[in-house]
Parts: sequence; C-alpha cells; structure tokens
Amino acid sequence: MVFFVTDIKRGNLKAFLDVEKIRCDFPILESVIYGKPLVYLDNAATTQKPLSVLDQIKSFYSHWNSNVHRGSHYLSEKASVLYESAREAVRQFIGAKSPQEIIFTSGTTASINLVAQSFGKYNLKTNDEIIITEMEHHSNLVPWQMICKNNGASLRIIPFDDNGMLRIKSIDSIFTDKTKLIALTHVSNVTGVINPVKEIIVAAHARGIPVLLDGAQSVSHQPIDVELLDCDFFVFSGHKMYAETGIGVLYGKTLWLEQMPPTQFGGGMISSVDFNNTTFAEIPFKFEAGTQNFAGAVSIAAAIRYINDIGINEIHSHEQHLLQYAQQRLAEIDGIILYAQSARKSGLLSFNIKNVSPFDAAMILDKMGIAVRSGTHCALPVMKHFGIQGTIRVSLALYNTIGEIDLLVKGVRRARQILQ
Amino acid sequence: MTINEIQDSIIGDFSRFGDYLARYEYITELGKSLASTEPSIRTDQYALRGCQSQVWIKAQMRSERIVFTVDSDSLIIRGILVLIIRVINNRKPADIVNADLYFIKEIGSLSPSRTNGISSIIKTIRHLAEEYLN
Repeated sequence: MVFFVTDIKRGNLKAFLDVEKIRCDFPILESVIYGKPLVYLDNAATTQKPLSVLDQIKSFYSHWNSNVHRGSHYLSEKASVLYESAREAVRQFIGAKSPQEIIFTSGTTASINLVAQSFGKYNLKTNDEIIITEMEHHSNLVPWQMICKNNGASLRIIPFDDNGMLRIKSIDSIFTDKTKLIALTHVSNVTGVINPVKEIIVAAHARGIPVLLDGAQSVSHQPIDVELLDCDFFVFSGHKMYAETGIGVLYGKTLWLEQMPPTQFGGGMISSVDFNNTTFAEIPFKFEAGTQNFAGAVSIAAAIRYINDIGINEIHSHEQHLLQYAQQRLAEIDGIILYAQSARKSGLLSFNIKNVSPFDAAMILDKMGIAVRSGTHCALPVMKHFGIQGTIRVSLALYNTIGEIDLLVKGVRRARQILQ
Repeated sequence: MTINEIQDSIIGDFSRFGDYLARYEYITELGKSLASTEPSIRTDQYALRGCQSQVWIKAQMRSERIVFTVDSDSLIIRGILVLIIRVINNRKPADIVNADLYFIKEIGSLSPSRTNGISSIIKTIRHLAEEYLN
C-alpha cells in the first residue's frame, strides 16, 4: 500500500501512503455535509472505521456471537477463542510479554480509573504523592485527584513551557521519597506534543517509581513497544484506533497486576465462591468482571490487522508530512496563533485566530464540511496555562490528504474573514 | 405579533439563503450588531455555566414584562441571542415560560446541546422567567 516519491523540497526519499486507495476502505468519508464533501479532521476525538472492521463486527454477530468463557457449547468456544486471540493481537501490537498483561476495559478512562482505584487506593498513604503533568486530559487528572483526596495524598504537577514541552530541567528533581506513581500522557491531546517518556521512565525506575502512560493519542500514530518503553501501565481506547467504541485496554506489568486487587466484582472473575469467601481468578480475568465487550475486542483485533497491513511506521510518516504541511500553511495566515509550534508533535495541532472565538471558527468550518474540534478538549489546566477559553484542534489520521489540508486552510481564511 | 408569528417570520427570512454558510454569515452579522451594554453584564452574576462559549443573560421586570440583556464572546451565539431577544423580549413571564423556541433548529440546524450552549440558554431564560411568575 506504500509507494515512494521524491520529496524535492527536502531532497530525500519519503514514504507516502496510497491514500486514495485507503479512503475507499472508509465509507463515511464519502459523506456530503451541508452540500460539501466531508473533510474529517477530528480523529483525536474518534477515528472512522474501515470496512474490514465493520465487516468483522457484522461477521462476529452473524456467525459467532455467544458469551465468552461461559458455555461449553460450540459458539461459546468459538467466541472465547476470538476474544483471546484479540488479546494476543493487542499483546503483539504493543509488544507486551504475555497476554495476561492485557486487560480489556471500556476505554482509556476506565483503564486509568481501574489503576487509580486498585493500585492507588491500596498503595497511597497520607502525605504520599502522585505525579501528573499540567497537560493531562481530565481523565488522567480527576481519577488521581479523587484517590489522593480519599487517601490524604497529594498531586504534584509537572508544568509545561509556552512551547507546550514539559519543564524538566533535571528529571530527578521531579521525584521525592513520597512519590508512589507518575501518570502522564504520551501525547498531549491539545497540542500534540510527544513527551520524553523514555527518559522519565528511566529516571522514575531508578527510584523504584512505577509509570502509567496514557496512550490514547499515541497508539495509532506511532509504533508502541511497552517492553522497550518499560512503562508499568499503558492505557488506550479502541475507538481512537479504528475499532469500535466501548472497548479499551489496560496493559500492566504482571508484577503489578498480580498485586493489585480487583475493583469490580461479579461473574467471570472468581475462582471459587461461598457465602463467606471469594477467591479471585488469575490475571487478566480477575479484572474482567461481568460480560465483557467481546465484540469490541474482536473489532480491536480487526483494527490492528488493518493498521499492520498498512504499516504503523508508514502511517506515522504520512501524518507527520501532513502535520508539517498544515503547520506551514496555517502559519501563513495573518492572525493565526499556533500552539507548541516548534515542539516534536504527533499528528495533531491546536490553533486560534486572533480575536475570534474558536467555537465560531469551528461552526463556520463545519458549514464548509470541515469537521474539527473546538473548545477546551477536556484539559482546562492547559487552557489556563495559555490564558484562553479554547482552541481549534485539527487531528489527523491515515486517510487524510494534502488536498484536505488545503481545504482547511482555505476554510480558515474564509472563517477569519467572516468572523473578524 | 405573537411569539410564534415572529419565529415563523425569522424562519421565512432565513429560507432565502442559498446555503448554511450564508445563514451563518448572517447570524454573525447579527452578532456584530448587538451593541455592548453599559454597564457590562460580563460578570459572574449573569454568566451561564457549562457552555463552550461564554454567555451572559440578565433579566429585569419592567411594567410586568421581562426585558433581557444578553452578551457572549461568540459572535454566532450573540447572533442567536439577538434573534431570541427579538422573539421573547418585552413579554409577560408566563408567555416566555411556555414558549417553544423552535426557530433556532430551523434556521441553523442547531440542535440544543451541551456543546453549543443553546440548551443552557433556553433553560436559563425559562428559569429567569419562572422566577418572575411568583
């Protein structure tokens, strides 16, 4: 699916995706919105789904639907095999050692809450600390804030600079003897900045502090190898990586998962029960109480196959190319304020138009068929840092094109003209 | 004119626009036409919570009718507010409480939602009018 062309401007060979072919895999991209062809640039909120994923979901319900790890009949066996093979597909995709380290959840938020309510609740004592960063999505802030309040612990915040990069003069200075865990985002969902997570993990581990990485905005945009990163927890959602909604993953090292108590109780997570006592099943099952979203897991496996067929490195290169082009073209417009412009970023960017409400700009772009997100992006501390009410966010996926960026730039110019 | 007669006339005005972009250009122009108030109502007392844009609404009773003063940092929301005021300003509290502001969805394909703040605006207007009912 990849062909090579010479990037004359840079004078080197760059890989591009065969995007026209890829776009045929996504029926929704043919939509016409307000009489204009859809330009979908809100992929950080959720990605569209390829036919292979949609077909797999339909096929599962048409041929294999049955509850997993329950019955001994044929369909239940088949569904269980598909569910466990999805776990194995996730293991391979993120480079985990064992499938027992992969827990299916409903999404990134549920994964973080699980760690907060299990690891956090039972490890945090009065005056202990959890470290997060100033750029976290609320879902990697509020669960920690709540558990800290509950346990008499406190949150320490690593600030970022005006270029959106974490201020870590000396990484060691972040940690104290009271630090129990650091939870940070791999990629900012507002600015797209890629954090120096490897350096932070090495420094944290030198002090025996575990690290949780929020991979919601990185997992479908760059290769992930949790063993190489050596993070203790890695969390992400299916719906931001071309799978369906309501399914997500918590990766955790066996060492931690075995120590952590379950936070939800019910069917499927026990090894024995009587009226006085319950013993829990082994990992990963002790964290998967009740009927799981097995169709969602199957859709994640299909999405992984789709990503692998195209190549995550090629996807990364393609999105980086689009990002650079978008930044360059947007910067040419008078009155554009780009955030974290010179930082190393994933395929998303935030901007504002001087004296224009981001909500208004997004509404006008919408009427031109261009879907972007405006607002605070569930990251109010980031807005506070920049002293703004919101931003316009453009977030890319493997099916976006240079032509769409041109339409965006044209749309922003028009919006600016209308709104100023 | 009744509340619904004004709404129907607004819907009629908007039907002449070729596309939604033109409609929103017009709404934006209406937003620009909204004069800033003296003194400013941009204070916490009149602020609506939970909208993506900042919105301020003040209600005062004059001769048994409610006079609204409105403001927003969004030109589009200001434009919508201008139209809402055209429909419900200077009316008795009961008429405002019972009003169904259907014109908003008709003119701009704007469903009341948490995102655009329209549902919060309508709720606040009703709530303010209800306070004057008693």
